[in-house]
Amino acid sequence: MSATAATPSAAIPGLGRRIGSLRKERRWALITAYISLIVAAIVMLAPPLYMLLTSLKTSAEISNPVGTPWIVRNPTLDNYWALISDPMFRGFFFNSIKVTVCVVVLTMVISVFAAFSLARMKFFGSQVLATGVFLTYLVPDTLLFIPLYQIVGALGLLNSTWGLVLVYPTLTVPFCTWIMIGYFASIPKELDEAALIDGANWMQMLTKIFIPVALPGIIAATIFAFTVSWAAFVYPTAFITRPDEMPLTIGVVSQLIRGDTFAWGQLMAGALLAALPPVIVYAFLMDYYIAGLTAGATKG
Amino acid sequence: MAQVKLNRIVKEYEGGVQAVKGIDLDIADHEFVVLVGPSGCGKSTTLRMIAGLEEISKGEILIGGNVVNDIPPRDRDIAMVFQNYALYPHMSVYDNMAFGLMLRKFPKEEIRRRVENAARILDIGMLLDRKPKALSGGQRQRVAMGRAIVRDPKVFLFDEPLSNLDAKLRVQMRTEIKKVHQTVKTTTVYVTHDQVEAMTLADRVVVMNHGVIEQVGPPTELYHKPATKFVAGFIGSPAMNFIPAKLANGGAALNIVLPGGISLPVPEARAKRYAGHAGKEVLFGIRPEHLTEVRPNDHRPNLAHLKLTPEVVEPMGMETLAHIWLEGAEVVARIDPSVPAEPGRALPLAADMGQMHLIDPQTDRVI
Repeated sequence: MSATAATPSAAIPGLGRRIGSLRKERRWALITAYISLIVAAIVMLAPPLYMLLTSLKTSAEISNPVGTPWIVRNPTLDNYWALISDPMFRGFFFNSIKVTVCVVVLTMVISVFAAFSLARMKFFGSQVLATGVFLTYLVPDTLLFIPLYQIVGALGLLNSTWGLVLVYPTLTVPFCTWIMIGYFASIPKELDEAALIDGANWMQMLTKIFIPVALPGIIAATIFAFTVSWAAFVYPTAFITRPDEMPLTIGVVSQLIRGDTFAWGQLMAGALLAALPPVIVYAFLMDYYIAGLTAGATKG
Repeated sequence: MAQVKLNRIVKEYEGGVQAVKGIDLDIADHEFVVLVGPSGCGKSTTLRMIAGLEEISKGEILIGGNVVNDIPPRDRDIAMVFQNYALYPHMSVYDNMAFGLMLRKFPKEEIRRRVENAARILDIGMLLDRKPKALSGGQRQRVAMGRAIVRDPKVFLFDEPLSNLDAKLRVQMRTEIKKVHQTVKTTTVYVTHDQVEAMTLADRVVVMNHGVIEQVGPPTELYHKPATKFVAGFIGSPAMNFIPAKLANGGAALNIVLPGGISLPVPEARAKRYAGHAGKEVLFGIRPEHLTEVRPNDHRPNLAHLKLTPEVVEPMGMETLAHIWLEGAEVVARIDPSVPAEPGRALPLAADMGQMHLIDPQTDRVI
């Protein structure tokens, strides 16, 4: 038996060929992967690239295309300067930041508490409630804005950024709570029992054990809440008509399109500036985001 | 430090399943008590009720003379070591050990003194700045014990603390736990499914099965005088042999007749105890270590000789185990490795009848 094991692998017929074919298979898998990734990257990145190129062109060049539109003949930053020096555009930016910060804070406070109690405190109906929270996420905002319009109107918050602070959590809280429930549930039960015996109450257990341990999940949920409220379009379109209360998403569209006059260069510049904060956030926190979304997938 | 008293403790889950069926137990101050039994016997549930992690359905638990049924875990003055260590992953070893004291608002210098003292006892002084993920299994277990020691609680609770360690480390940590108990002398309740751990660590062993206590006693008592078939089979490794037999009344003396017609004499000293069962079916119990090769100049009284044919022979190094099948009943004999034993060849054996047990198959109690 041991003698057979000691013989070189070449002695076993067919083994060498099989290794070769494995290497070949792997090469084909890599080639296929690269081709599909390149195609995907082109499809995904072409629009933003086109936006960037357009934003660097003068209005004259945009309205009078000569040759390929993928080349900028007279690059200029005028579109950006025009926006940045415009107090109204700065107001849109400020409104977006205000609404997003408030929504993120509100969402995280609500969903961390909700998720902790749903994941750890056994109480009557906790299971049903946890499912219910997720189900509310499945109602699309394009449907929800009709009843919400009435509610926001009744509260006198139409045409106010505070109205947005009130309604965005209907989109963010359910999903963030769901992520956090999953994350908290992946924390071993013995950890809270150890804390309980060490003398912690529920609040200390949450702040001193759960939040630090679940930090990747919390960051993932925060990024989600940030993205949703930064990019929200339906609610502000429905609830805000006064320019000084508009966030970026609708501000850019409503103020830079006058009738049938499209300020294409500024539109593209504005959209790119608006997309900048999420890009920066993702670039720095991507690893946490992935770790948070895949929590509990593997035991580790 | 304190005594622990369990009064008719019952744990009933929804749907009426009883995990613990009314057990009584008195644990003295400084005592090391081990709850042992197969999985699902209720030992962990009992421990968790003492800790306050499970509600008590019926009965009372007293720690230091006070009923603690409605007292939350943090106010019971207990410390617990978990099977998977349950260290806080985001805290250093120092903070893990200091956490309980910090929550109790101990002064900083006192915390430092206690943590350093515990670290010295457990020899983990050089690990205090590390995070749990940078520790080996044995080191984590030490930190978990350190977290318990620094609190200086009335009672230590251990829930299968060595189950996640490899065999070699388990033996080492077992000694470590015994050493710690000899140093700090805190009343300890220790749960394990491993009878070797129970035997080596305990002042008293509590054998549990199906939610009831089968027997309580010092390890040697459980080994030599088991009260039930379960205890007889659970304590000792390899397990005791049980052979269906008949207690025959052969004139003045009693004989045990094994399958295959083998007849073994009952020692005179036992005759009176077994007299009531003469002529009845019994289970003959004998430990493998009391069924050995025939030794020259063997002066043990009450030796009975018999010849059996092993079917499997397992050399273990310090001993050899011979497996014999007696009409369906497996019998293991523990023989000296120098004795030539081969499967299929009859082996002369000596049974130490002074160490035998008879079990009533109706009640499963040792007669």
